[in-house]
Amino acid sequence: MSERDVPVTRRAMLAGAAAALAGVTLAPGIRLVEVAQAAAEPGKPVTSKVRWGLLIDAGRCTEGCNECVLACNRENGLEGGARPTDPQWIRIVELKDRRTGRKASAPVMCQHCASPPCVDVCPTGASFKRADGIVLVDRHTCIGCRYCMMACPYKARSFVHEPLTAQKPEVPRGKGCVESCTLCVHKIDRGDGTTACAEACPTQAILFGDLNDPASAIARRVAEVRTTQLRADLGLDTGVRYTGL
Amino acid sequence: MTCGASLRRAAALAAGIAVALLALAAPSMARAEGSRVPLPSITVDRTTKCVAPPDVMRRTHMEMLKHRRDKTVHQGVRGGDESLNRCLSCHADKTTGAAVGAPDAFCQSCHDYAGVKLDCFECHQGRPGPQAKLREGRP
Repeated sequence: MSERDVPVTRRAMLAGAAAALAGVTLAPGIRLVEVAQAAAEPGKPVTSKVRWGLLIDAGRCTEGCNECVLACNRENGLEGGARPTDPQWIRIVELKDRRTGRKASAPVMCQHCASPPCVDVCPTGASFKRADGIVLVDRHTCIGCRYCMMACPYKARSFVHEPLTAQKPEVPRGKGCVESCTLCVHKIDRGDGTTACAEACPTQAILFGDLNDPASAIARRVAEVRTTQLRADLGLDTGVRYTGL
Repeated sequence: MTCGASLRRAAALAAGIAVALLALAAPSMARAEGSRVPLPSITVDRTTKCVAPPDVMRRTHMEMLKHRRDKTVHQGVRGGDESLNRCLSCHADKTTGAAVGAPDAFCQSCHDYAGVKLDCFECHQGRPGPQAKLREGRP
């Protein structure tokens, strides 16, 4: 029986009416059904209704400050560069215009690309993008080949060279795996709605939020001001964006 | 001939040393009443109930954890009764606070006994984390 032959029952009619109601527009761009699905629901699989991202205002980033890096190290149990081989999830990059002498600094971490090169090259499928746009390494499958480190244009990934013993219980890490910024995925899944770096920034230069939710602070800001994607020429559609570079 | 004899002597010596080592390692192995079979010494808190009967847990806990880890890493589903963290919240040793790191620790004693390599704790902490506590307030 083809779809056209199905008689329209009272029940189907009501279901259709309910679906239409769920699609009602609350405000331009916001619909009832999306608001319900975008809320963080612990215990439910993540969906692509959400795209987590960061907006970094290089104009507010203070030269010489590394509070975000320290907060990241504390939150994720990183060693913090005591040894030259220690992993680094955020780097502070300083830019200087040679002609004018203008200086700017900004933190650079995994840019959580929509089309991540690290995922393309991974031979085991360990490097993957979650439905909500977070690019992660599944350490259970990572063989430590480091192809993803080569592929990443942002040098965002690190390799764990030394055996670790003092990991945080919510951030398992181990020798022989590649790792990078997880956008504090354990905090997001818990429903904290922020990252350690965004919380720690003394000048609120880092804004975390859902790029897909037009009502979120980050989406409104991105719609308002000109933002830059690092190496936009590569067309990776990064989740981390910059202003004032 | 002398070479063969010395080899035999060396083999006997090695066997003796192995037996002596086993005897030294014995304190972590308990023996059931009237049985010659050594068993792993595990202290289990019987006041709480595990997610499945012991015989099921013994055979399938690794499958449960494997299924769970993929859901956690790829779909962000955390907590729940089958999470490693939830296991640790009951099975971590009351004195050391961990399920590994001592011959009579819950995970380690049984894995040592069965001769199965325990990989989880090369990355995961052998002690419960904050999520387990958080979870209690949630359905």
